[in-house]
Amino acid sequence: MSGHASGYEPTSRWGKWWDERLPIFRLMHGSFVDFPTPRNLNYLWTFGGILTFCLVAQIVTGVVLAMHYQPSDTAAFNSIEHIRRDVNYGWMIRNMHAVGASMFFFAVYVHIFRGLYYGSYKAPREVLWILGVIILLVMMATAFMGYTLPWGQMSFWGVTVITNLFSALDTIINGLGTAIVEWLWGGYSVSGVTLNRFFSLHYLLPFVLAGIVGLHIWALHVAGQNNPTGLDLKEPTDSVPMHPYATSKDAVGLFAFLILYAWFIFFLPDYLGHADNYIEADPLVTPPHIVPEWYFLPFYAILRAFTSSFLGIPLGQYAKLCGVVAMFSAVLIIAFAPWLDTSRVRSAKYRPIFKWFFWFFLFTCLALGYLGSKPAEGVYVTWAQIFTVCYFLYFLVVMPVVGLIETPSKLPRSITDAVLGKGSAPLPKGAAAAPEVR
Amino acid sequence: MTTDAVEPNRRDFLVVAGNAFAAVGAASLLWPFIQQMNPDASAKALSSVEIDLSPVKEGQAITAMWRGKPIFIRNRTKAEIESAINVDIKDLPDGLARNDALPVDDPATDANRTIKGHENWIVLIGICTHLGCIPKGQAMGDERGEYGGWFCPCHGSQYDTSGRIRKGPAPRNLEVPPFEFVSDTKIKVG
Repeated sequence: MSGHASGYEPTSRWGKWWDERLPIFRLMHGSFVDFPTPRNLNYLWTFGGILTFCLVAQIVTGVVLAMHYQPSDTAAFNSIEHIRRDVNYGWMIRNMHAVGASMFFFAVYVHIFRGLYYGSYKAPREVLWILGVIILLVMMATAFMGYTLPWGQMSFWGVTVITNLFSALDTIINGLGTAIVEWLWGGYSVSGVTLNRFFSLHYLLPFVLAGIVGLHIWALHVAGQNNPTGLDLKEPTDSVPMHPYATSKDAVGLFAFLILYAWFIFFLPDYLGHADNYIEADPLVTPPHIVPEWYFLPFYAILRAFTSSFLGIPLGQYAKLCGVVAMFSAVLIIAFAPWLDTSRVRSAKYRPIFKWFFWFFLFTCLALGYLGSKPAEGVYVTWAQIFTVCYFLYFLVVMPVVGLIETPSKLPRSITDAVLGKGSAPLPKGAAAAPEVR
Repeated sequence: MTTDAVEPNRRDFLVVAGNAFAAVGAASLLWPFIQQMNPDASAKALSSVEIDLSPVKEGQAITAMWRGKPIFIRNRTKAEIESAINVDIKDLPDGLARNDALPVDDPATDANRTIKGHENWIVLIGICTHLGCIPKGQAMGDERGEYGGWFCPCHGSQYDTSGRIRKGPAPRNLEVPPFEFVSDTKIKVG
């Protein structure tokens, strides 16, 4: 891609012929074979590869499911049962796709928290980070529309609740929100028309996602990978070629991930879903307790934290608008992390104060997830409000202020020093630590 | 660069005009692609429905369908009507009538949300104005909230016996659909 010249040397005549016309093998070789990879990457860095796998798996299983699925309000629910019971291996492919969505989000959250801990969002990786946030948003839209397709009670009421978020705009310009919602629905309520367009977009968006992922990887290869020390690559011994070092480590991580994935597919396929989604959609009956899929719960908790008052502040008719704005801000604010964090040290490993705030932030997100799964009443609301405040304080106060007041611990001189022990002598000739030929 | 070219010539004009036309043409092509998603004439034309109220005794409620939406109809008891009337408009989170038959800035009095001579009947679009759930309170034994009207189980919005929001995150009162009494025991919604 760039920042690194490919060491590709075609040997065969065919290879040379091709290289002069379309140097794609040169590009691949430079990007994924001899690309310099920090030698100290830990297993948290295998999630990039795992996520690529997830995207491909969702597209492959999704294309197959679309061969058997019928996007109409009368047939959708039954066609899912048809896939599960009649289609050859349909039960397995559907489980792969449904569980795959959860696994995809699990991996993406690990990936994001890894970036937050090791400061992967800081210069020169801002664009890489923002592309990542856009990927998260598109993933959320795709998963949301995909969850509509089984046309069960949770599907139907999930869409109703989430599309209705836009009607909050009515409090700014009367009628605007309603117009947008009716445009999204193609009617005066969620109906088969809505299902049909969501199916179309659910099929489209993964390919958009693939395009943005391409840009994400491109930006990664321009800046180079971050690593647990947060230091830049300075000397040749700091890096190893991507293949076989990083690729084999990625493979170990991927296989461990696949064990978990397979466990859910074969033994707990419905564990992450909701039983109410096995009742066909009924526009006259709201389930007593609407919950989104687990991966949306923290954001859902933020949305619901804004009742008629927020921590004693009355909100009146603006409650709904505040909730909606807060929920979208909770995702968008992540994109501003590169400029909110004032510390020049990337990795929290060398940031004694920030480190604790990071772990508390992780706890905040888990707590919001738990609260999002509980009914919006009593003490749950108060706690959701408190943790909503904590969530935003992490970005708006902790990131700027801690960077200014904190004294970072001493950074190692280079990645090599960090790996081989502080102040180590230059490597003896022929040492095994950097076995590649340069 | 020299300053000789400051005066625009015929070619500059043609380039700007040509590009402007192309831009307007491309932009106007966007409209059909946006408009195709709006409710079409067949969805809009869903005719009005007539609902027979004779079997609904005092204190009972029925739910009908209109334009894919549930319509709540409740035959209110004396006490329910009284509690709906004896409310200071200033105490309401949403002070507007939200009645399709009245001007938008009419106050949310109970009289403005019912039809004169039929004050016992409250007719509402049964969709919570928060995020579109169907509130509880139609069936006997349903939770009706602190104000005896409707209670939305999704996010805890509470409506009074006139369908006005009293507590919770919903911003507006339940909407009153356009309807009329075609006879003493029959209404037409739409």
